[in-house]
Amino acid sequence: MVSPNTELTYDSKIEGDVVVTRLDSAVNWIRSNSMWPMPMGLACCAIELMAVGASRFDIARFGSEVMRFSPKQSDVMIVAGTVTYKMSSALRRIYDQMAAPKWVIAMGACASTGGMYRSYAVLQGVDRIVPVDVYVSGCPPRPEALLDALIMLQQKVKKEPSFSKLFSA
Amino acid sequence: MPAASDAVAAVKARWAGVTDRASLDHPAINVAASDLLGVLGALKDEHGFDMLVDVSGVDWSVGASPRFTVVYHVFSTGGHDYVRVAADCADSAAPEVPSATGIWPGADWHEREAFDMFGIRFTGHPDLRRILMWDEYPHFPLRKDFPLAGIETPLPDAEVVAETKTGAIAAPMMGGPFVAAPGQINMTEAEPRAKDESWTERRPKPEA
Repeated sequence: MVSPNTELTYDSKIEGDVVVTRLDSAVNWIRSNSMWPMPMGLACCAIELMAVGASRFDIARFGSEVMRFSPKQSDVMIVAGTVTYKMSSALRRIYDQMAAPKWVIAMGACASTGGMYRSYAVLQGVDRIVPVDVYVSGCPPRPEALLDALIMLQQKVKKEPSFSKLFSA
Repeated sequence: MPAASDAVAAVKARWAGVTDRASLDHPAINVAASDLLGVLGALKDEHGFDMLVDVSGVDWSVGASPRFTVVYHVFSTGGHDYVRVAADCADSAAPEVPSATGIWPGADWHEREAFDMFGIRFTGHPDLRRILMWDEYPHFPLRKDFPLAGIETPLPDAEVVAETKTGAIAAPMMGGPFVAAPGQINMTEAEPRAKDESWTERRPKPEA
């Protein structure tokens, strides 16, 4: 029986129950679609972060609805708010307790640069103590901006070698 | 309930060192540090000022004498009136006043904050630790000789310092102190402005 339409997609009747792919792309596909956030809510950005998790914006559409308050179970730390020097050591310790591979989103002006707080008490950008993957502008950013950052992070994860960050700090 | 002015008059009659203090709103008195607890206790127990609203410090500048003053606001929940009590610290190098925690337990954290920001020691305080900055922080940030940008200081956690090679730095003050003085700009339309915009992070500050 010959069909005039050539079927180009995977056909289990022909190829059996096997999918062929690159390991990196399979691992990264799994990783990027289920990034559990560590909600590091430190100031008003945390309110927007809660909005992202709630029904109107619904971060579950991107597989990140499982906010883990244990660093050992989370993949991406969302630093939402002003990081004071007093808090910075605790923040770095929580980051250290996260299992590799792990990523960081700096949400908002304060986490990215210290923001409006040019002062003796505020860390001038969280990238001084942890490596940041995505910065989000805004004071505070709209929920859509955080979702955009999450999508950008997913695209970044899909491009990197899957085993490159297994043992990094 | 007696009015605040009656309470002030009674306190002035009883302690010779108590004097009137210039005030635009509530009755205010200056008290010697040695009489402070007696005056505050009398205001609470005899005149109904049962609520301590605020304890704060004032730094009158580096050369001033006395340099530090502690200001208390007490409120009468029955009479609905405030009295302001100010006590100068005799020693400008190691300012010290007696703690009011024995009269109002709520003075505890107020006094810790005044200690943290100004370095004023409250003798008899049950637990005089810093409350905002970390314990090892060597400076008192609200003193007049402390720069707004801060002073380079190591972070308290040695392991984090070893890992990140960073510490508290002087924050960049592009354009100098930011102010929003009435009359200078339209406050409803504008952000606070730098006093001097002739220099930025790209153009160095001219030598004074």
